[in-house]
Amino acid sequence: MSPITTSEETITKIKAFLSEEFEADQSAMVPSASLKEVLDLDSLDYIDLVVVIESNFHFKVKPEDFTGILTFQNFYDYIISKVNTKAIA
Amino acid sequence: MNRVAITGLGIYSCIGKNREAVRDSLYKGQSGIIFDPVRKEFGYRSALTGFVDRPELKGVLDRRARLMLPEQGEYAYMATSEAFAQAGIDQDYINAHEIGILYGNDSSAKPVIDAIDLIRLKKDTTLVGSGSVFQTMNSTVTMNLATIFRLKGVNFTISAACASGSHAIGLGYHFIRTGLQDCIVTGGAQEINYLSMGNFDALSAFSIREGEPTKASRPFDRDRDGLIPSGGAATVILENWDTAKKRGANILGEVIGYGFSSNGEHISNPTVEGPVRSLQKAIRESGILPSEIDYVNAHATSTPAGDASEARALAQVFGERAVPVSSTKSMTGHECWMAGASEIVYCMLMMESGFMAPNINFENPDEDSAKLDIIQSAREKNIGVFLSNSFGFGGTNSSLIVRKTA
Repeated sequence: MSPITTSEETITKIKAFLSEEFEADQSAMVPSASLKEVLDLDSLDYIDLVVVIESNFHFKVKPEDFTGILTFQNFYDYIISKVNTKAIA
Repeated sequence: MNRVAITGLGIYSCIGKNREAVRDSLYKGQSGIIFDPVRKEFGYRSALTGFVDRPELKGVLDRRARLMLPEQGEYAYMATSEAFAQAGIDQDYINAHEIGILYGNDSSAKPVIDAIDLIRLKKDTTLVGSGSVFQTMNSTVTMNLATIFRLKGVNFTISAACASGSHAIGLGYHFIRTGLQDCIVTGGAQEINYLSMGNFDALSAFSIREGEPTKASRPFDRDRDGLIPSGGAATVILENWDTAKKRGANILGEVIGYGFSSNGEHISNPTVEGPVRSLQKAIRESGILPSEIDYVNAHATSTPAGDASEARALAQVFGERAVPVSSTKSMTGHECWMAGASEIVYCMLMMESGFMAPNINFENPDEDSAKLDIIQSAREKNIGVFLSNSFGFGGTNSSLIVRKTA
């Protein structure tokens, strides 16, 4: 069982790796902002998004998981939910 | 038929990261060869290699462009940026004209190995990321540079072993000569990393003079014992003479001949007859006599058999007249896929500065090289016309002739 982290810690970690990988400004990563626009994502970049998530949080990501993820809030919720599920498992 | 002008040159090599530094090294006879302990640890028979640092492109290229570029693509980006700047071609000009790219490259080993290692380990192809496939293909340089510079003309890679860069320039010459294109980025790129040359080392083709790295590459010398792998990138901007003149470009030289041939024999053993046909074809095409060629930049890589064959071919083509010859591989090592292009850049720098670079480490001739005028130290002499040879595995041969602008 993995140690449980707070949502705040997870969001801080997410912002750090997104900023590093996509060279985006952390201050723009507000909950209502568009993930695609702030990170300037094209179809290829979603592949790299999967890679950084798996590298940082060690769970498998399916491409279809991104279907409902439009905003940073959606993205934070998705990661937090997966991290918590993993921690409980 | 159109005349073909050279209007821009760029170089990123183990003897310098730009034209000025390379010109100095060529004049001084400075070697770029080192001993790389990583290769010894990895199991190489010879740990000698040419070496140049990878450029820092963060802040120069955006993340997406950097992700797609393998090492040799980075070198090619640097060389091409320098060449465009010299040619006076900026992004506005590129956007308004159909500029092509024909570049030599014949491997991208490290990205392939890194990706397969990761997939084997993780059993998940996604984890190689989006850049891997674009780094691994032989056409990685042309696909990346065409994207970065927004080129809209001909766009493909020439893979012809150690003659790749030379054939790329030769093909560019024909595209312009026949009016298919007015401006083409030509050149050659070569990765240097330790993963890329293990199977070449397996052939015992590399020098094992590991105690004296800078003396190990000794083309035409009696005591040569093999080549030294090297790399980087070189770019030559070719343009239709008339359109270059019209836009006010500074014309640096004119490509007047391209000869090619295939030995039609062994996959790695050289011949005399194949190179002779390539040389003769280039001379015939140029419309000049062999006696009008002031300098030959030999392919000579420092292997016993290859240098001997080329020496015989040169003696056969140039006859009694001993044309001044040097192999700049004595300083650079064998830049393989890049060599045919880098050696055009080296010759152009010599032509521009009025000297002939030395064939360093040539101390004693053998029976074949004794018949040649091998340049042992920089010779202060103007070059009006030069010929550059490149030969590769599979018996592919290429010879280019360039004339100084009057």
